[in-house]
Parts: sequence; structure tokens; C-alpha cells
Amino acid sequence: MNKLIKALGLGLFTILSCNLGFSQDQAGPVEMADGMRQSGKIYVVIAVILTILAGLIFYIVRLDRKITRLEKENG
Amino acid sequence: MRKSWWKIVCVVLLVYAIVGGLLLPVPALRQLQETIRNLYYHVCMWFAMMILFTTSVVYSIKHLRTLNYTYDIYAREYAAVGLLLGLLGYGTGAIWASYTWADPNNPAYASFGSIVREPKLIGAAMAILIYFAYFVLRSSITDIDKRARVSAVYNVFAYAMLFPSIWIVPRLLPSLHPGQEGNPALNFNDIDARMRMVFYPAVIGWTLLGVWISTLKIRLTLLKEKSWLNE
Repeated sequence: MNKLIKALGLGLFTILSCNLGFSQDQAGPVEMADGMRQSGKIYVVIAVILTILAGLIFYIVRLDRKITRLEKENG
Repeated sequence: MRKSWWKIVCVVLLVYAIVGGLLLPVPALRQLQETIRNLYYHVCMWFAMMILFTTSVVYSIKHLRTLNYTYDIYAREYAAVGLLLGLLGYGTGAIWASYTWADPNNPAYASFGSIVREPKLIGAAMAILIYFAYFVLRSSITDIDKRARVSAVYNVFAYAMLFPSIWIVPRLLPSLHPGQEGNPALNFNDIDARMRMVFYPAVIGWTLLGVWISTLKIRLTLLKEKSWLNE
């Protein structure tokens, strides 16, 4: 079983690295127009910060709910 | 969740502070370049800290007037979150300064000597240490009534010390920090109108986040102390 996974992994790695080689060979601008790659990729930074903020807000909301429940139980 | 409208306002303002703060146009200054956007984050930490410390001292005075123990809990938690924001302001300021004040011809550590002599940094460090002492003082007194009263009095002194250490003395000494002749970021002449559109909402957003965390801590402490508070 383990050997099979290793073999598959190796095969996958080989295929992927072949592709990588290929894409590097194709010179010239192949601009794929999507917002995440414009303006020096600042949108990626915004996405990262917003994800962190969303995580923190989610956490604080859960904490708030938990405390509210405790208050009701002890109320 | 309790009273959730201002919490929604807080989230909306913070999202605006991040998206608008990173995308909207800012004045191009030679020394600051894009780091001027730190105004929406670093400066807001100090504003929020100041507001939370003010809230804390108000509750300390209320405690001294009424000797109600609940006010002491309020004062403690607001001061704790204010201190956290102060530490974040100090840390972000250290990062910002090391890329804008440091001599670009020297490595950052070569400019360290001139940066640590900054009166603003020393003043802010003093203010933060004074508030650390508030918590040391609190935890060193075991008698609950005495702790509440002594720490409330100390909180008033600590708040009073904030003014010379972060507002007055740094202004009297030469400093690299902007805002030498007035309130940095509040002065209408030195902040661009475009930046004010993001800056004020950002201040409100970060302050509300601080208040939100404080209220959670207060409610948790009240739950823990409930057993004897109602006796």
C-alpha cells in the first residue's frame, strides 16, 4: 500500500515537474487577466488580511455567543 | 450575542479600513512612500488605546465615588485591552520606524542608536510600563476591597502620567516622529483629505474592536465573580 502511494506520488511529481518545464519554455507575455494579479498583486495581500480578520471576527463572535449562553445558564 | 449593531459597524469599518486603506490613493511622500498607509493601523492603535484608558479611568473614578466593585472590573478590563493595543502600537511603530527613519545607507541596526533615543519611543515605553505597574499593583494586593480602591487611585495617577509622557515631553524635544507641533493625524493641515476619509472610520473601527474585546472580558469576569458579587 505504502509503495503504491510512493509510486503514485513520484509519478505525479514527475508529471507536474514536466509541466513546469513546459510553461517556462513558452516565452512571451501570457497575461491571464484576473484581479488577483494586478497592481503589484496588492489584492493578494488584501485577501490575506481579510482572511485573518474574518478568522478573528469569527472567533470573537463565537466567544461572545458562548459567554451569552453561560450568562443565560447562570442567569 | 448582545447589542450587536455596533459590532456589525465595527466589522464593516475594519473591512473598509483594510480594503480602502490599501487601495485608495494616498499622497506620495519621499520618505514614507506607501508606508503612509500605516496611519490607518499604527496610529489607530494609539487612538484606541487612549480612548480605552480614558474609559478605564472614568470607571475607576466611578468606583471611588460609589465603591461598587463592578466598576473596578470595568476599569481593569478596559485598561488591560488598552495596554494590549498600546503594545501593538509600539511594535508596529518599531517596524515602521526601522524602514523609514533608519539611514538607508547603513544597515538598520547601525541606526538603532538614534532610533532608541527618540523621545516619543521613550515616552510611550514609560506610559506602557506605568500601566504594567497597575496590573502588578493589582495582583499584589489580596484584599479585594483594598485592591479595588488602591488600584483605582493608581489608575488616576497612571492616566495623569500619560499626558506628560506621550503628549507633552516628546513635543518639547527634537524628534523624528511626525506631529511635532500638534496632534499627529488630527491636524487638518498635515493630513490629506483623502486619508481622513479612511482614517476616521478606521479609528472608530479599531476602537470598537477594543471595546468589544473588553466587554467580553468584563462579562467573563462578572460571571466568575458572580458567586459573591450578589451576596
